Amino acid sequence: MSKSYKENAPISVEQLTNELMRLKRGSVTRRHFLGVTGLGLASAVLAHETSLFSTPAFAEDLGKQMSIATWPNYHDPATFEAFTAATGVAVEVNVFGSNEEMLAKLQAGGTGWDLFVPTNYTISTYVKLGLIDPLDMAKVPNYNASTETARFTAEGVVDGTTYAVPKNWGTTGIALNSTKIKTPVTSWKDFFQVAQGEADGRVMVHDYQLTTIGNALVSLGYSFNSVKPEELAKAEELLIKVKPHLYAINSDYQPGMRAGDAWMTMCWTNDGAQLNRDVPEIKFVLGKDGGEIWSDFYAIPKSAANKPAGYALLNYLMDPANAVKEHIANGAPTTDSRVLSLLPKEVTSNTIVYPPEAELTPLEFGAAVTLTDPARAEVMARFKSA
Amino acid sequence: MALALNTKRGMVTAALVAPAVAWLFIFLVLPFIAMLVFSVGERAPEGGYQPAFTFAQFANLPARSAAFWNTLVLAPVGSLVCLVVAYPVAYYLAVRASPRYRLLLVSLVVVPFWTSLLVRTYAWMYLLGSRGIPHLLDMIGFEDVRILNTPGAVLLGIVYGYLPLMIMPIYVSLEKLDRRLLEASADLGAKPVSTFFSVTLPLSLPGVMTGLALVTILLLGEYLIPQLLGGGKVFFIGNALVDLFLQSRNWPFGSAIAVTLVVVVVFVLLIAMRIAWKIAGTRQVDLV
Repeated sequence: MSKSYKENAPISVEQLTNELMRLKRGSVTRRHFLGVTGLGLASAVLAHETSLFSTPAFAEDLGKQMSIATWPNYHDPATFEAFTAATGVAVEVNVFGSNEEMLAKLQAGGTGWDLFVPTNYTISTYVKLGLIDPLDMAKVPNYNASTETARFTAEGVVDGTTYAVPKNWGTTGIALNSTKIKTPVTSWKDFFQVAQGEADGRVMVHDYQLTTIGNALVSLGYSFNSVKPEELAKAEELLIKVKPHLYAINSDYQPGMRAGDAWMTMCWTNDGAQLNRDVPEIKFVLGKDGGEIWSDFYAIPKSAANKPAGYALLNYLMDPANAVKEHIANGAPTTDSRVLSLLPKEVTSNTIVYPPEAELTPLEFGAAVTLTDPARAEVMARFKSA
Repeated sequence: MALALNTKRGMVTAALVAPAVAWLFIFLVLPFIAMLVFSVGERAPEGGYQPAFTFAQFANLPARSAAFWNTLVLAPVGSLVCLVVAYPVAYYLAVRASPRYRLLLVSLVVVPFWTSLLVRTYAWMYLLGSRGIPHLLDMIGFEDVRILNTPGAVLLGIVYGYLPLMIMPIYVSLEKLDRRLLEASADLGAKPVSTFFSVTLPLSLPGVMTGLALVTILLLGEYLIPQLLGGGKVFFIGNALVDLFLQSRNWPFGSAIAVTLVVVVVFVLLIAMRIAWKIAGTRQVDLV
């Protein structure tokens, strides 16, 4: 492999082209990039045209077109192509920057999504605002509640009604370049100390109040979800103190980490797995003082234009044979034991994707109030403008 | 007969103007009214808007004073730097360049607009990142130069992005310049430098003012370049607005800031027009 040589070379025309194509496909990491485009939504219509002759008989009921709202780098494009080949329904993929942005779009109305991927702590808010439908489980026969891990399914059920079924779970940890940072980093406390010391000017935090404020709170010994004014004030003080030492406040951390501009970042499991796979010296650790554990779900908006197709795609994605391909493509751990049993050993033995249970114990699920609390939003705004 | 003709002409005019009026009404006036209504409302508990009549959002504007301040500094400074870079280019194009190549050279200024600013700014991220220009500097002995995610990178991106908008109006005003005035100035014994300052520059000032107003106004709403080249550490009104609408979903506060920004833009535009009128000694200055 000529990788080490390429790592240090200036970007080539080919690399730049690849990056631009990646940008064009909307696959630049999760929450950031499309936020950057302002009213941020990149659409990639996969397989517009389907052959007249290969359209199966049931395609009529499902229509020709449907739309899903999800996260970048989160699906295997082949999955949607196969779905289109099987049903004749073209899938338009809308990629989003944050849960807030998805919520903002659904609140504003007229999204046209038939299926979307909200994170655990948003679902009760969607239900309260009447933005999502209870799921008709008869239309999702591939889903099997008994093979799911209860702690990841719980928030999909509100007052005994199932509104969402899990896609995968994950954590928010620390990715760091082990050739650059020699100080051991095992906690969020270490993270913020090293950011002001050895890795001065080389550390990234998310442009996302939930995780950036949450992890600052954890480093001070408070709950990830705290909304107590005095604790938030302490977290704000820490963040503002650290800010001049940061490389960036940006949720699109993969390019910076890969290029070596950034040495350490807050990082979601699937990005950590992808970074470590491609650049082995980038390690992924969970804070022993705490942090976030999350699960992403599939849900159907009340305003969906083509619910039959939404259900058809949901059922297709719940088929373990398809889910396993998705897992291998995006790297986020599954909630379904049927999928787990189909995975190759190198995936299940990867401790970034499936860390030992003990490491998960101090982690907390994000809470609904953490997302919607106006005081946290103001702390973030003051941190960014400081 | 004449009356009928006039009515007919009036109807034709109305028909021709109607699409533009409808467009502006639906996509400019109505949204602005909605924004005014939202700005006196309240944030609903889960975000969004709920009706109210309060000026609390406007009273809360100081909470974004840092963003306003950054923006009000960046916009004039950015456009002045743009002007310094753009003027010689426009002068060369309009006065010095051979007429044979002028069209080609002018089109080279415009060609970058064929590619989205987003993509071009993203390209700058790679040029300024450690595998781009700093790597080349490293090879000739300047180690650990960091350009990306600094205020300097933001300024560079702004000058790059808005340069054509500054060059074009100055070019247009210099192109209309009557060469005989320059000859007359020389005949009367003025040196080229004093000809430039007493003839060329004053006559091109309407173009300069147009360019400054255009770039300043666009910079007041700038969001993308600080976000991409400033690493999100540089916070402008545009960034505050995006966060308020798409992250914390505080529509009323976002609307209040947007209304304030519109007022500021109108104010800047009025001042620019006043100065331009004064300089040109006429009330017929085209701003674009």
